[in-house]
Amino acid sequence: MSQAPKQKYETVIGLEVHLQLDTATKIFCGCANKFGEAPNTLTCPVCLGLPGSLPVVNEKALEYAIKVGLALNCTINPFVKFDRKNYFYPDCPKAYQISQYDFPICRQGYLMIETAEGEPKKVRINRAHLEEDAGKLIHDDAHNCSLVDYNRTGTPLMEIVTEPDLRSADEAYRYLQDLKLTLSYLGVSDCDMEKGSLRCDANISIRPMGEQKLGTKTELKNMNSFKAVKAGLEHEIGRHFAMLESGQSIVQETRLWDEARGRTFTMRSKEEAHDYRYFPEPDLVPLMLDNITVEKVKASLPELPMQKRERLMQRYQLAAYDANILVQDPVLAALFEQCAARYADTKKICNWINGPLMKELNERKTPAATIGLTAENLADLIKRVDEGVLSNLAGKDVLTFMIDTGQSVDTIIKEKGLAQVSDDSALEKIVAEILQEHQDIADQIRAGKESAVGFLVGQAMRKTQGKANPKKIGEIIKKTLSQ
Amino acid sequence: MISEKDVKHVASLARIHLKDQEIGRLTKDLEKILDYIHKLNTLDVSGVQPTGHVLPLKNVYRKDAVRPSLAQQEVLKMSVEQQDGFFKVPKVIE
Ligand SMILES: [Zn+2]
Repeated sequence: MSQAPKQKYETVIGLEVHLQLDTATKIFCGCANKFGEAPNTLTCPVCLGLPGSLPVVNEKALEYAIKVGLALNCTINPFVKFDRKNYFYPDCPKAYQISQYDFPICRQGYLMIETAEGEPKKVRINRAHLEEDAGKLIHDDAHNCSLVDYNRTGTPLMEIVTEPDLRSADEAYRYLQDLKLTLSYLGVSDCDMEKGSLRCDANISIRPMGEQKLGTKTELKNMNSFKAVKAGLEHEIGRHFAMLESGQSIVQETRLWDEARGRTFTMRSKEEAHDYRYFPEPDLVPLMLDNITVEKVKASLPELPMQKRERLMQRYQLAAYDANILVQDPVLAALFEQCAARYADTKKICNWINGPLMKELNERKTPAATIGLTAENLADLIKRVDEGVLSNLAGKDVLTFMIDTGQSVDTIIKEKGLAQVSDDSALEKIVAEILQEHQDIADQIRAGKESAVGFLVGQAMRKTQGKANPKKIGEIIKKTLSQ
Repeated sequence: MISEKDVKHVASLARIHLKDQEIGRLTKDLEKILDYIHKLNTLDVSGVQPTGHVLPLKNVYRKDAVRPSLAQQEVLKMSVEQQDGFFKVPKVIE
């Protein structure tokens, strides 16, 4: 019997990520760097490539590029220059893109990721360089024409290229997620794949297990979401397996992921398309990046996700799993730390944030940054629940109300009459009613079926809209039925 | 050695349309130019820094401050055809 293809071959993936930088202006001119404006309203002679215009480097774009390089553990090249990448396409008004060829800003870095098995893995970054984005094309099939908007032309773009270190679609997905998280911490981009501010192309090949030489690769484009990257890669890897298993050979080519049909197809392209004839950009002078410049940017780096995770685990004794959830959103991580300064039970705070609060945010489809929940209010709420003033259930209702109104927990308890009922005589009365309504269950408990107590407690909670103290209710039920 | 095929290739990359007799002449011209450039390869430049730019300038930056862009109609005047604020071009397929 032949081995399953997936054990016979090794997958090799390298990713190229394009990241739009969130500067106020374009990379080489003063046009606003904005998304969603009316077409062709954000252009000038420089970004349109009109004769006689001269590009000048945006210092913010350079600073952001160095920031990205440092966060990815890259060496910042002391000598940097720009080059022209020549190609004819209507999205590129100059017929060349200003990019970087042999002296990019960043070289030889890495990003640590965690594999599906929970193992740390170093994904090496070959290079990261600055370039300008192209315009946007809309293909109008009905009128057999294409429409061009040059607003995006000249948007600062960073290209981040990995070594072929990724071994599965899942690893590529994890790398992309961690890269996005790191980049979003830097505040240099909104990293929105749907909007196109973060784009990802992949080089894929497979080779027999143990083989050192890389197999013939295909380049995969048009994966417009994280989900699409995973699905597209999985499909393309499967295509390679099937081709090799049936004795065919892979053709080196660029393919596009068709999300709707769930398959990849050959991108029709003119031959010679990849003969870009790079040469030094004569309109831009070189950059000499000295230590002082680089150190200044380094000093402005925020705490990065991996560092934050380690610190949260050490300082607050959080489990890796909990800390991992918190670092996915720096706003939530900050909220956690502010709560921890007010209330000592960090595990409980973490559970409230990663549980009920996340649920609220998901239901509202709103990011944590936009809700007016203060750490003070949240910490007080958790305290009141722990003190037994509120049941867990009522606590969750209070949270909802707290997010809506910004009121304090005590105000909400008072206004809504939510304080937990722990008073014995009141609870005994409720238990008596419940037992009356569920005599069959009561009989089962008398006969020794202890597990049915939970059902009656639930009924009591329902009857009191969550105000009864469930622990006490359970005790009273057992006491009553054992008499 | 440069062949007529090379000349045709370079011409098509640059979107330059050449007549047959021009191809022959340009092949000879390019051959001479490359010969001359190859002479430079005989020089020892191991101790020479690569030239990034012919001007003695470096680190020229601009502040990240917005300046007015051109008006849409001003820009579209330069188009051969326009539609709804866009440049309209013959259909291109990716
Ligand atoms: Zn411009």
